[in-house]
Amino acid sequence: MTLSADRVVRTAAGHLILDGVSLDCAPGATIGLLGPNGAGKSTLLRVLAGLLPTSSGVVTLDGKPLPDTRRGEVARRVAVVEQQVDTQVDLSVLDVVRLGRIPHRRAWAAPTARDAEAVADALAATRLTDRAGQSWHTLSGGERQRVQLARALAQQPRELLLDEPTNHLDIAHQLDLLALVTALPTTTVIALHDLNLAAMYCDHVAVLRQGRVAAAGTPEEVFTEALIAEVYGVRTRITTPDGRLHIRFLGTAR
Amino acid sequence: MTRRALWSAAGLVLLAVSIALAITVGPADIAVVEVWRTVLAHLVQGERVLSPIRDGIIWHLRLPRTLLAAVCGAGLAVCGVVLQSLLRNPLADPFVLGVSSGASTGAVLVVVLGVGGGAVSLSAGAFAGAVLSFGLVLTLSHALGGQLDRVVLCGVAAMQLFSALTSFIVLTSADAETTRGVLFWLLGSLSSASWTEVAIAAAVLAVTLVVCLGHGRALDAFAFGEDSAAALGVPVARVRLALLCVTALLTAVLVSSSGAIGFVGLVLPHAARVFAGSGHARLLPASALAGAIFLVWVDTLARSVLQPQEIPVGVLTSLIGVPAFVLILYRTRSRR
Repeated sequence: MTLSADRVVRTAAGHLILDGVSLDCAPGATIGLLGPNGAGKSTLLRVLAGLLPTSSGVVTLDGKPLPDTRRGEVARRVAVVEQQVDTQVDLSVLDVVRLGRIPHRRAWAAPTARDAEAVADALAATRLTDRAGQSWHTLSGGERQRVQLARALAQQPRELLLDEPTNHLDIAHQLDLLALVTALPTTTVIALHDLNLAAMYCDHVAVLRQGRVAAAGTPEEVFTEALIAEVYGVRTRITTPDGRLHIRFLGTAR
Repeated sequence: MTRRALWSAAGLVLLAVSIALAITVGPADIAVVEVWRTVLAHLVQGERVLSPIRDGIIWHLRLPRTLLAAVCGAGLAVCGVVLQSLLRNPLADPFVLGVSSGASTGAVLVVVLGVGGGAVSLSAGAFAGAVLSFGLVLTLSHALGGQLDRVVLCGVAAMQLFSALTSFIVLTSADAETTRGVLFWLLGSLSSASWTEVAIAAAVLAVTLVVCLGHGRALDAFAFGEDSAAALGVPVARVRLALLCVTALLTAVLVSSSGAIGFVGLVLPHAARVFAGSGHARLLPASALAGAIFLVWVDTLARSVLQPQEIPVGVLTSLIGVPAFVLILYRTRSRR
């Protein structure tokens, strides 16, 4: 058992953002959330993280409803990498990664050896060890994304939620980050725009459209020329050279 | 840990030395050794060496005033650190949520219009005004949705409203002498310090420091915004309300005893970050010590440079502090 959403509805300021979304995550799997802009991907991730309440329906962690779970307990299980965060505070890479230990530390207590170890592991996994002293404000967009991922890893989560982590990254960094994330033993839910990358790295994908799940399953089951035309209004040619799904875009349907 | 203890000890020693030196300065010509012997005589049993009047100058004027300066400096700096972190705004200071303007309106209602019929002191009026103003800001920002920018905007609105009310009351009802007195208080002055005020302010400062240090991790977590803090397990709404309330209470107590001393709460936190870093477990005590030492010395100057006239300490904090601050920023410019 891990994170799951059951018929989640979320309205904000009179708009229906999520309209009965159900999502089950297999433990250790990588689940891709896809769909056009405004389909509700980010909102679903925030609801899954317990950052937004549901209007109806329920999100459960190991079968226990999220609102009944203490925030600190959730944060020791679920880590979130948001889209593009920034700070006014003068922090080093190490300072940012250390924030990930906050849910594990007690008030008044100094960081323990376990905290230091988790931070060192997270820095090593994201190959940031020799950048630890660098100031956050001197980092590029891609480096900041990696630092936030390291912070999330320092939380030692079992569930990892990422909101379009490959935005603004060059292709090498995109592949690098996705390879790293999908190799983790965590259950990972990741909002993505690139269908080919989703097909390459996700065990499971769910395509959202106007707050509803238009299709869910393995990439091979979900990504069909008909579905992509219906959801995105885009004509495609889908082939499977050397057994791997390849989506070629031909143009908009108009 | 040992290095941290060493720094704390060094800071405390520096503060103690500053206080010991500050109380030897003053218009009454009392020998340095006699000042210290007098204080010792009061603290531990000993022989009074001075006449009752000169003894009173030390024990009832200089020492409480210097201690109040230390408490005010520490308190304003701590409130500044917490508000800058909570509101994610480097321009936030203890007065950003309208506390000082509300206090000034409360004070002039008592002093100028005679509200309370003499039974209410200026300090009590200022405290009531400060708490009322903060309550208004909190209620209004909650009604408007409670987002961070709403809190700041409501604070700015309250600040403008109460400043205008204060000016209106002073200009329409006060005579020249009262106006001068009120203005002096508004700019910040520690001249009315008493042991009672020191005790109250120190007690509230101690409680606030404990609460804020207890929330040190949460304050760190706010660096990337409230959502990130929530994702790190911080119960954001509860922590924000608790910290806003304790800092507003401390600010109200400080303002009601010493007026609105500017600059300390805005700039000392930035100065402290330069040598203590931005982790709140270190930054909070470092800011408190730096603020205390800073205000002890500035108040000593304020009451001695233009003798027998006294400069409002709030004026001097900015006159001295701004060049010092620019220098600090200039020396650390390469870090970014």
